Parts: sequence; structure tokens; C-alpha cells
Amino acid sequence: MARETVPVQIQSVPAPRIASRRWPPSADRIASVLLIAPSVLAIAVFVYGFIAFTGFASLTKWNTLRPDFTFIGLANYARLFSTVRFQIDLHNTVTFTILFLVLCLSLGFGLAVLLDRGVRGEGIFRSIFLFPLALSFIVTGVVWRWLLNPGSVELGSTGVNQLFDRAGLGFLKSGWYTDPGIGIKAVVVAATWQLSGYVMAMYLAGLRGIPEELREAALVDGASEVQIYRHIIVPLLHPITLGAIIILGHISLKIFDLVVAMTGPGPGFSSDVPAFFMFDTTFRGNYFAQGAGIAVILLIMVAVLIIPYLVFNLRTETQR
Amino acid sequence: MRAAVPRTRGEVPWLRLASYAVLVAAALFYLLPIYVLVITGMKSFAEVNLYRMWDLPSRFSLDSFVKAWLGSATQGFRGLSNNFWNSVRLAVPATLLSAALGSMNGYVLSKWRFRGSDSLFALLLFGMFIPYQSILIPLVQVLSRIGLYGSIPGLIFVHVVYGIPITTLIFRNYYATVPGELVEAGKIDGAGILGIYRSIMFPISMPAFAVVMIWQFTSIWNDFLFGVIVTPRPAVQPITVALNNLAGSYIVEWNVQMAGALLAALPTMLLYIVLGRYFMRGLLAGSLKA
Repeated sequence: MARETVPVQIQSVPAPRIASRRWPPSADRIASVLLIAPSVLAIAVFVYGFIAFTGFASLTKWNTLRPDFTFIGLANYARLFSTVRFQIDLHNTVTFTILFLVLCLSLGFGLAVLLDRGVRGEGIFRSIFLFPLALSFIVTGVVWRWLLNPGSVELGSTGVNQLFDRAGLGFLKSGWYTDPGIGIKAVVVAATWQLSGYVMAMYLAGLRGIPEELREAALVDGASEVQIYRHIIVPLLHPITLGAIIILGHISLKIFDLVVAMTGPGPGFSSDVPAFFMFDTTFRGNYFAQGAGIAVILLIMVAVLIIPYLVFNLRTETQR
Repeated sequence: MRAAVPRTRGEVPWLRLASYAVLVAAALFYLLPIYVLVITGMKSFAEVNLYRMWDLPSRFSLDSFVKAWLGSATQGFRGLSNNFWNSVRLAVPATLLSAALGSMNGYVLSKWRFRGSDSLFALLLFGMFIPYQSILIPLVQVLSRIGLYGSIPGLIFVHVVYGIPITTLIFRNYYATVPGELVEAGKIDGAGILGIYRSIMFPISMPAFAVVMIWQFTSIWNDFLFGVIVTPRPAVQPITVALNNLAGSYIVEWNVQMAGALLAALPTMLLYIVLGRYFMRGLLAGSLKA
């Protein structure tokens, strides 16, 4: 499972106990600061300090194994944006993100609604849908690489194509990730398989949180089932949709493991992504400054998505 | 949270049938890869044929698992057994350590708040969303400098550090639901910050520990990026990295790759099957307002 599939809602802490400015501070007060000091220090160095270093490295000439910290401004970025591979990567990221979000949200919502309407064996269905989340992207990638292996014309089709053949749906066959026109979209299939159950679980919890009286009142008012969903339930689920978009969105910006295990960069970089390019150029090619540049661009994209959401969440918490 | 309320009044029977059809179709989609994983792993070498990958094995055989586990000297590839144990030696201590740290942090940040502690918490939290690419370059440099690069203790260290935000978040959310009066009562009894933790908070923390430990174990077991960056030597690599090497090798048969994938997935799969309840709770911890 991706470490990234994390909840972001923050529980409010009732009755804020902000310590008074007593001096000297009590022993407990000092102890409380000492207790979290190691963690705070670790994050200060390993997150913020390291990000600062990476930012600095991206402005230098360090594109060899031996560090060279000659300052060259934004030259690495200028070169990156004119590199064909990076342009394809950004394009792939956009394609991946849009498809992945649309598929996960619609599949997740659809399944949650069906389960919420009370079916026999709900627990079993739920467990099956959520199950792929327990696996690593590497396992998912290995399995889907074989499932979406198109086979060959001479020897016959394999994997999913073969299933299509047997079901008489041969027209659905495709070259999947071996087709440069599909590339990253084949990875979306595997990613959706892995993470749509998570969205289902989020929506299901949301649906269960909507009081039954609301629906009943609407029914009494003569609203149809479809109208209830459109005008009452979907709006009430907006916070969950937003949360899912933020979490899935930042996963798709960072997607790496799945691409490594499933396709690699693919023909003509058709399934390449920035995170893979960064890994390739930095740790295989020793272009440290260029790799640092890609990392900074990735970080900015994630920050644009996450920071407003975090700030909003923490604000509402303190207001409550 | 309310339980499922069947809303079937006035519903057309075929609609109900259709929803079952959709659910079953979806279940097939989610189970398909698992099916291939399991049946391929159980086929004997004589029966493995990419063009018959959907067919059930005629005879049950564990040959592929044995080969994936032990490797093959004649074909010249290493098995996953060593890497499996590397992952155990990595994930267990890292999970325990980060749960302990997260519990402490969550306790202080919910029950001993000080001026600026909320902003501090927000800054910690951001650490769980960053793309790790943005810290990898200095990470490798620093780990080499302090002698932790290329070793399992180095990986443990990395997972504990980058696990601080999520473990702190889950524990803080959990402790926030504990009434402040309990802490006040402890103070009146003359207990200090650690005494209150030991005698009041820790004993009621087990549900949060369960969630955090399942969460961290799964994340660490399934991690690939830190493993591939921090441990370049095959002998110390965790199983995900070794599996990726195995699967990327042209000399390793397809059924052995599948058996290897199943071996790598086994611990977290079992965890999910046995403790799925807590798994769900970890995922949703806070994604809905409790």
C-alpha cells in the first residue's frame, strides 16, 4: 500500500489548554517540550533542511558524481523544461491524474452507493474491494504487467486480451503499455484497481454518516431517489470528494513504484513520470542538480495541492 | 455511524438484480489478479504456459514457491528468503519505534499544548505529503556520513523519521477524544507528565497502537523507494526491491515471479485478513469526523 493513502482530517482538540506564560516554567512544561524535541528536530532537519538543500542543489552545476556547487541560477530548470523527456513526463502526469481521479471517484462512489443500499454479503464485497490496498505497488505492478501483456500475433494473445478473445470480445484487445499511444493509461488501470476501494470506503463511511431522517423527509416531500442523491446526498459528500481528490491527486503526482514494476519508461517514454525521471537521472546518471530540479518541481506541485487543504483543515479545527 | 438500512421500498426487482450483477462484476475485477497470482504460483513447471494462464492447474505443485524462495544456482538468481527476513528485521523494529514516538508526540500535542504547538503540528504534518524525491539526495549524503547508508538500521532510521507525521496525527486524533478531566485528575493526584502517560494514557491507547502499528507495518513492508535508494546491496535489500529485481530479470520464469509476488504480499495480506477492522479504521481515522 502506498504510505500516502492517509487521512488528513484533523480531530479537534477540545478545551485548548494553552499554557500561561508562567516563569520559570514548571518541570512538566519543560518535560513536554523535551519529549517532542527529538521528533521536531528530526523533521526540521530531514524534511525542511533537506528540502532546502535540494532546492540549493538544483541551482548549482552538480551534474557529475563529484559535487560541484557552482551557482548557475535557474539554468537546470530552463534545460529541464526544454527536455523532451520531461515535457512528455508532465503530459503523462496530467493524463494519469485526470483519468485516475475520474475512474477512482466514479467507481468508488458507485460501489459505495450500491453497498449502502443494503445488500446481502456487504462485508464480503467491502473486503474484496478494499483488499488490493494491502499490497505493495511492486506486487501490483508485477501482476498487472503480465495481465496487460498483449501477447503476440503469431503465438496468440495473453493476459486480459486472451480473456477478451475467449469471451468473444476480441475487439476490446489492445497493445496496452506496449502501445505508445496508451502507455501511462495502462498504468492507470492498475492504480485504479489498487486504490478505488479506498475511495469506496471513504464514501461508504460518508453515506453512513448521513442521517436517515434527511432522506425520509425528502421522500415525504415527494423527491425521487435520483433527486435525493443529486440535491442532498452528493452535496453532503463534498468534503469527502475533496479529501479523496487531494489524497489521490498527490499520489498520482508522486507515482513511482508502480511504473517501475509495471512498465518502466515504456516506448518513447510513453509511461514515464517525473518521479521516475528523477530517480533515473540522479541515481543512475549522476545528474544530481537536474534530479534536484525535478524533485523541487514535484514538491511545488504537491504543495499547491496540499497546503491550502491543510491550512483549511487546521483553521476549521481551531474555530470549532 | 448508522448501520446499513435497506432501502428497498417500492424498488423494482430487476433494479435489485442489476445492482448485484454490478457488485459481482466489480468483485471479479478486484479478484482477477489475485486469481492469476495464486493459480500460477501453484502450477508445476511442466504446466506453466503464458497462453494458458487462466486455466486451473491440473496438479497442485509448490515448485514455483520453492524456487522463488530459494533461488536457483544453475540459472544464477537469488531467492527471496533472505530478503523476506530482511523485511521482517526492518519492519518490526521500525514499526515499534515509530508507534512509541507517535504516541509520545500525540500525547504532548493534544494534552500538553503550548504556545505555537498547533503550528508545530501543522509543520510536522506537511512532512507526510512531500514527495520523497525532494529529500533523497541529501538523505544519501547524510546517511553515508553517519555510517548508516546501505544497512538495515539505516532503513529503520529513515522509516521512523518519515513515519513521525502520520503516527503523530493518528495518536493526536485518538487522544483528542480522551476527556481532559482524566489528565487533570492525574495532576491532582500529584502525577507528572510521564506518570500520567504511564498510568492513564498508555493503558487506554491500545486501539490507537493497533491502528498505527498495522499502518506502519504495511507501509514499511510495502515501501520500495527508500529500500532501493538506501540499500544498493542485494544481500540487505527488503523484499519489495528484491522482487522488483526478480521480476525484471529475463532468466526468471513467469510463474516464479508470480510466486515471488505472492510471497512478498503474504504478510500484509494476512494482516489485512486477520485485522481488517483496524485496517479500515486506520484508513478512515479522521477522514470522517468521529
